[in-house]
Formats: sequence, structure tokens, C-alpha cells
Amino acid sequence: MRGESPDTGDGPIIVATDLVVRKGDRVVVDVPRFAVMPGEVHVVLGPNGAGKSTLLRALNGLERVAGTLEFEGRLVRSNKDRLRLRRRTAAVFQQPYLLSTTVRGNVESGLRVHGVRGDELRTRTQRAMDLLAISHLADRRRSGLSGGEAQRVSVARALATDPAVLFLDEPMASLDPPTRRALAADLQRIFAQLAMAVLWVTHDTSEARAMADRVTFLEQGRVLQQGTYAEVAARPATPVVADYVHEGP
Amino acid sequence: MGAAEVPNSAAPTVFSAERDDAGSRRGGSELDYIIRGIVEAFRLLFGGDATTYEIALRSLRVAGSALAISLVLGVPLGMVVALNQFPLRRLVVASVNTGMGVPPVVVGLVVALFLWRSGPFGSLHLMYTVTGMVIAQVLIALPIIAGLSLAALQQLDAGFRLQILSLGAGRFRLFLLLLREIRVPLMAAVMAAFGGIISEVGAVNMVGGNIIGETQVLTTGIMQYVGMGEFANAMALGVVLIILSFSTNYAMTVIQQRGRHE
Repeated sequence: MRGESPDTGDGPIIVATDLVVRKGDRVVVDVPRFAVMPGEVHVVLGPNGAGKSTLLRALNGLERVAGTLEFEGRLVRSNKDRLRLRRRTAAVFQQPYLLSTTVRGNVESGLRVHGVRGDELRTRTQRAMDLLAISHLADRRRSGLSGGEAQRVSVARALATDPAVLFLDEPMASLDPPTRRALAADLQRIFAQLAMAVLWVTHDTSEARAMADRVTFLEQGRVLQQGTYAEVAARPATPVVADYVHEGP
Repeated sequence: MGAAEVPNSAAPTVFSAERDDAGSRRGGSELDYIIRGIVEAFRLLFGGDATTYEIALRSLRVAGSALAISLVLGVPLGMVVALNQFPLRRLVVASVNTGMGVPPVVVGLVVALFLWRSGPFGSLHLMYTVTGMVIAQVLIALPIIAGLSLAALQQLDAGFRLQILSLGAGRFRLFLLLLREIRVPLMAAVMAAFGGIISEVGAVNMVGGNIIGETQVLTTGIMQYVGMGEFANAMALGVVLIILSFSTNYAMTVIQQRGRHE
């Protein structure tokens, strides 16, 4: 699935510096520096309302932000830059938000937005459906899918576009435990196979423990701690982090 | 489309004197009028009466043109208002919602004042023309299309828009994909707007003048026959209007319900 993304070497794909997102007078996110590295599953962990989803949307070019955002070594300033960032990344949200068409049509939709047509469209769509084990559902409409199947379609749609970074915003929050476990196992396999950069937002410590190469703990829009999950769990920087990683859900 | 200076209120040419003699003005109960009207309607429709076809086609042309223009302007307007925050947004939404309920006769009055010879657009000579009638009906249908599109888009989960944008869609692609998602309620808006303008009489009468052979449509024709006491003939045109309205709405309903299952 890896495409011809610009070579950023070992440097970060996305870097945000002095990133501030406001909603009215309220500061929702205030992060001095945040980086997404190649091939890394970076989990943003924190309680509900910590600003995790806002941070994800800001890094995905979906929020107006103050501060500096760089993508693949280039500053993201204009609407055109934000569009370029969104075209080179992909996002999966808590709800699958499938279009009113078939599974195949949905997986194709991201590629069509990118202008991919013909054999390449068919090949990449099929490959993404195979990765998520949904090829047998290709002609089914969205109304005939279970929650887990719909979320797999959403992930396949994102992966088909060969994103430089895959953003996942609580992708398993509305799934039942068995479905969640099955999807988590498949995603772990896919991330390892594709060696892709992933930014995963969750409030679930078990997800963070299972998936993360690196964890950022966020609370009230501020970063309280960063490190591997083992480091954060072994040496929590604040009582809030300690409470969360030891007694979290 | 040709302009005329004054409305022509000459006697109708649709029905023959023989039918007048049959007593549409004089004898017969209300039931007679209704039965004779229905029979007459089918005779006019399926007997190939040229005048009836001309009036019916003009009605469809005026309402169809107004609907098409309202769709082209109203859906993007609804989308801009639904998806953006800007100063006076509430005022715009309230104006659109109010526009959905403005009586057609008031719209007709305002348009007539603007198109009147001494009005701001009098030099365009659009008074008593089909174009003038289309303008009046656009002003009736536009708020319905814009208002119902706006409501449909506001019903859609905001995350949908973020999902489409995150796929790398620009504004135009976002517009097309959202349009696809709201196509069922959008068809309801189209039906409501079409129903509103094909059946209204106030605006088309005031702006078009009900000129036989030029601006007479089904509703103004019905009004004229009623004024002349020709109830059976009025019923005939009424049945034609209902058949037209039902056929177009049935076709639109089929399209809408097909979309509902997708």
C-alpha cells in the first residue's frame, strides 16, 4: 500500500509547534510541540474532554489553529496547504460515516476524490478490502452492515488512499468487545505490515497499551507526559496520569 | 413570451359553444358540474385539444423553469448557510424560513411593482410575459428549496462533513457528496416547491395577466372560468392540473424512494 510519498527520512511527518486551538474564549488545545514520526503508532490518551479529538483534527488540517504546523517539511498556512495535508492523510472517526452506496463504492470514494480511476482504482480498492477482510461484502449497501463491518469499511476507505499518516479518532469506541478485539488484532497486523504512521486517539488504556509505540497523555488540552506506555505506567508524571493508567478503564 | 400592454380578458376559446349550451353556466347541480368537468377533462386531455395542451405545457414550462432556477440557486444557498458561521446568519435563516410562507399574491405584487413600466425594471418589458411569471415563481420556490436543503443538511451529522473533508475533498466535491447524502429530503423539497408553484394563482395572474395564448396557465384559466360561471370548464382544467401534478409528483416520489433504500 505504500505509495510515492515524499521522503521525509527519519524526520517527523507532521510537526506542530506552539499549537493552540480555541473555541470561543476557551483554549481547548495548547501544545508546545507535537510530532508524528514515520512508522510509529502514536496514541494520544486522556479522559473525555481532554482535547484529544481537537488535537487530531488540528493535525489533520480540519481546525483553525494558532502556531506552526509543518507537514512533510512544508509549512501548512493556506487553505491549499490544508487541502494538500488532507489529501496525503486519512482519518477514521468513532462513527464510520459511510456514504449511501455499496461497500466497494465507499472504499473507492477516497480514491475518487484523489482522482484515481480505472484499473488502479479497482486494484487499490480490492487490496484495501482484502486487508480488512471485507471483500465478501463488496456489493452490500451500508444499511446492511453491522457496526464492526461498517468501521472496517471506513478503515479500508482510509487505507486505500495510501495515507502518509492515518488518523484514528476512537475508532473502536462504539463496538462491542469481541468486535473490538478482532478489529484491533487486524489493525495491529496491518500497521506492522505497512509500517505506517498512525495517530490514534483513545480514552481506553487497554487500547493504548496494546497499540502504542509512543503515548502522549493529554488533559485539559495540555500534554502531561510522553513516552512508551510502559514508561508512562511505570513512572507517571502527575497524579492525574497515575490515576488514569493504573485505574483507567 | 411576447409582452402585451394589458391583460386580455376576452372570452375563453377552450370550449365550444355547444358545451356552453349544454348548460355549464345554467342548469345542473354541483354534482353535474363535477361529473361533466371530469368527463370534459378526459376528453380534452385524450381528445388532443390543442388549447388545453398549450395551457398545460405553458404551466409546466413556467413551473419547471422556476423550479430548475430555484434548485441551481437554492441548494448552494442552503448549503452555504448550513455549513458556515457568519454574522447575521440567524437573520438569513429566519428570512429564508419566512420566505417559505410568504403568500404568492404578495410575491406577485412585489414583482409586478418592480416590472411595471414605471418600475425599476420596467425597461426590460417583462410584465405580462412568461419570463416575468418565471421570476415570480422563482421567488416563491427559492426559499422552499433553500430552507428545506438547509434543514436537511443541519440534520446530517456534522462528522459527515469532517469525514468527507478528511478524504481530501475540496469545496465542490464536498457539495456533491453532501448533496448525494440529502437527496431524499431534497426530493421532498423539490416536490414541495413544485407543488407550491404549479398550483399558485396569485403571482402568475398578477405578473402574467392571464393573456390567452400567451401567459394563461392552468390556475389562471380555472380562475377565469369560475369568474365567468363556467364551472364545468373550470373543473376540467382543475382535473388536468391534478393529473399533471400527480404524475410529476409520482415520478419524483419514485426517484426519492429509490434513494431511501440506498
